[in-house]
Amino acid sequence: MREIALHVMDITENGITAGSDIIHILIDENRIKNLIKVVIRDYGKGMSPEFLRSATDPFVTTRTTRRIGLGLSLWKEAAKRCGGDFSIESEPGKGTVVTATFRYDHIDRAPMGDIAGTITILMAGNPNIDFVYDHVIDGKRFTIDTRELRGNFEDPLTDPALLFHLKKHIERELKKLAGNE
Amino acid sequence: MAKMSIEDLKRIKGKTSKETSLRTGAASIKITVHMGTCGIAAGAREVMNTLMEEMAQADRQDIRVVASGCMGMCSSEPNVTVETKGEKSVVYQKMDSNRMRQVFKRHVLLGEVQTDFALARI
Repeated sequence: MREIALHVMDITENGITAGSDIIHILIDENRIKNLIKVVIRDYGKGMSPEFLRSATDPFVTTRTTRRIGLGLSLWKEAAKRCGGDFSIESEPGKGTVVTATFRYDHIDRAPMGDIAGTITILMAGNPNIDFVYDHVIDGKRFTIDTRELRGNFEDPLTDPALLFHLKKHIERELKKLAGNE
Repeated sequence: MAKMSIEDLKRIKGKTSKETSLRTGAASIKITVHMGTCGIAAGAREVMNTLMEEMAQADRQDIRVVASGCMGMCSSEPNVTVETKGEKSVVYQKMDSNRMRQVFKRHVLLGEVQTDFALARI
């Protein structure tokens, strides 16, 4: 995966497959602490302690189409090779929290990439799932909560033109947070 | 704090030039972009991005787009399935933005299956 944003999309899809109706995505970039932290939380079916132990093994998967599952393994390796850390907490029936950290200035750290595209495409492809997207850059926070969008907006959130504007909006806000504008 | 406010939403709504359509009615065409780890790594997000652009232009209310997981054919990802009511589904392989545009314009809008990129009818 060439971008952190692509991993975020991949791990979020896991939460959707686990039957969660809402997913929390937190991205905390801290250039002062030289750290990026990504937390993806779902409220799906969770994993048993036995399965959890082997969840990042590429030869362990729940899917039936193939015997290989690479999503979590790749994510873990991406964090580990950037001087970061990786953890999964999970409880059957409660959900799963996947946390990965990266050293911000590590030469091998993938760029954040098109996170605005990731978020809007997750919304487009999963109209029945709610997303809470929290992006913090050096302590300044930007949040999108699709439950709020739904409550105050007459059109469905899958509308392509709306999502296009939402994507631009996220890109602008992130630029502001990063102080590039 | 930059929380998305209702005012922001209304502003976005104002900018949305086209009459937005409720996609809750009966869909006659369903387009599935397979977004497992394999699909995402191979470029499924860009394919989906292009598809959304085309959707915005076409403004058809009977077309639905969904994301799904890996279908087990990882080496031919990104895969896209086009299901038309009353016809066999067509799975397209090794999709990119250009192929997606072609499939959307020819197959989805005009009904011509693009056999060059088709992997299977199921």
